[in-house]
Amino acid sequence: MVKGRQGESVRLYVRSTILGYKRSKSNQHENTSLVQIEGVNTKEEVAWYCGKRMAYIYKAKTKTKGTRYRCIWGKVARPHGNSGIIRAKFNSNLPPKSMGGRVRVFMYPSNI
Amino acid sequence: MSPPKKERTASRNPSLVRGIGKFSRSNMYHKRGIWAIKAKHGGSFPRHEPKPASAAPAAVKPPKFYPADDVKTPIPNRRKPKPTKLRASITPGTVLILLAGRFMGKRVVFLKQLPSGLLLVTGPFKINGVPLRRVNQAYVIATSTKVDISGVNADKFDDKYFTKEKKKTTKKGEGEFFETDKEDTKALPQEKKDDQKAVDSQLIKAIEAVEDLKVYLGARFSLRSGMKPHELKF
Repeated sequence: MVKGRQGESVRLYVRSTILGYKRSKSNQHENTSLVQIEGVNTKEEVAWYCGKRMAYIYKAKTKTKGTRYRCIWGKVARPHGNSGIIRAKFNSNLPPKSMGGRVRVFMYPSNI
Repeated sequence: MSPPKKERTASRNPSLVRGIGKFSRSNMYHKRGIWAIKAKHGGSFPRHEPKPASAAPAAVKPPKFYPADDVKTPIPNRRKPKPTKLRASITPGTVLILLAGRFMGKRVVFLKQLPSGLLLVTGPFKINGVPLRRVNQAYVIATSTKVDISGVNADKFDDKYFTKEKKKTTKKGEGEFFETDKEDTKALPQEKKDDQKAVDSQLIKAIEAVEDLKVYLGARFSLRSGMKPHELKF
């Protein structure tokens, strides 16, 4: 995001990886994505992140609204399994090319 | 009523099941002592004269127009919204971390909650460049650091202070069309700058009294490698 601001940049989001869609062996449901948040390894730890907003940011060739960066917003919905994976729902389904890509999990709406 | 009303006792008729009392009508008559009151007043229960009916209002003219359908008037809405419940961790003087927006990551001092529910917050401006500003509670992390805020008077600030001024819509002639665009950028009125200084001067004194607090407020919060927010204690 071009901010035109010099100086420190702060990271107020947690890095996460998009693993794929919610699926069974031969059927997938694209409305829910599975996301792995860095440093989160158990179902209990995911509770802090539930409800937090997330953004998938990607670049496009054409400029819209002054920037080539585009974003799909979403939320952490619930844990998936026992090992800290989460299910996430986005405003529009994530594109398949996002698999393995980066997603930002923000710390808001905050409850601390 | 001449004698002062005594505090009413609870019902003399305990309920066995909802809707069914233990005592019958005649038993209740006896328990309430109506027989004693009647005896005291010569055989009949004391009544006072009915108030004279107020004079009938001047004859109302029949309306000229009856609407074809009966339209129900909606019940007036008496609901008054309350400001959002403030988290227990946020008290006046708490240092907050802003999570989003222009000042994300800045550590900022909380002053008070405005009637709209938003939090009134200040840098102080000299320390980290955050002016008096409104912030939503959901976009804020409360730390356990507190600043002594007793010297600060934030009473004059409310939501109206922060609303944008309405642009006067003047009809633009062709010649004026290009000129009016230049007026859009407004300098901050001196009054607001003075308000900022008034609030901050007290705060900065309190901040400088604590070791390292000024540097702390000047620095921004950021997540680093290996930091897990769900394990951090703020």
